[in-house]
Amino acid sequence: MISKGATWNSNSCRIKFARRFVSALLHMRNRNTRPGSLTIEGVRTHTQRIKIAAYLSMAQAVGSRRAWSRAVLSKHGSRARRHSRMGRSSVGLKKTRVIRSYPPGELGQAKKLRQLVPGGKTMDMCSLLEETAHYIKCLATQVKVMQTLADNFSK
Amino acid sequence: MSSRRSRSRQSGGSRPITDDQINDLVSKLQQLLPEIRERRSDKVSAATVLQETCNYIRSLHREVDDLSERLSGLLESSDTAQAAIIRNLLMQ
Repeated sequence: MISKGATWNSNSCRIKFARRFVSALLHMRNRNTRPGSLTIEGVRTHTQRIKIAAYLSMAQAVGSRRAWSRAVLSKHGSRARRHSRMGRSSVGLKKTRVIRSYPPGELGQAKKLRQLVPGGKTMDMCSLLEETAHYIKCLATQVKVMQTLADNFSK
Repeated sequence: MSSRRSRSRQSGGSRPITDDQINDLVSKLQQLLPEIRERRSDKVSAATVLQETCNYIRSLHREVDDLSERLSGLLESSDTAQAAIIRNLLMQ
């Protein structure tokens, strides 16, 4: 398993993400021919949608292998989003108290980390650190691809 | 006895979490952080690594926000989008 993780380079992750993200952008563009998109509010929503598409594309490229990507997919999947707005029992699930044992000395920063990493609130410390490492790698890849796209567009 | 029982009830963890495992993971995380790598110091505490990790994740989020804004502006006004996209995919 570990060797498989080493050969899984960020390359395949990058390509998968790039493809999904670009097709999402194209889809958005073809859908967005209304003149209302030039208002400030329209631009802001457009930015929001692009941001969500980026995170979603990355989570999809990673798949269900990682807890953080599963958390992103369940939060933002378009159909799941509509269902959750109808008052699902997910709110009740969040209020369930989970008795965890925090290792001493890591409490303060671990709390902040849990808020930053998707799905981090219900992980034990080991998983949290692992997921964080993977999450950071994917985020960095995501930023590089978006940077490349932005550079190409402005030529 | 009871603490062991509650620990085994955690999701996915019937193994106890040792300090060594955590230190291992923390050092692995340390390798990914750009700042600490450049400092080349071995005496970085776990708290620092976690703090730097939080800062790094936040800065990455901010970059994603900025890039989304840029892309949003560029997407609106670009007719050569198709060519740029194809070129970009080929360069991957």
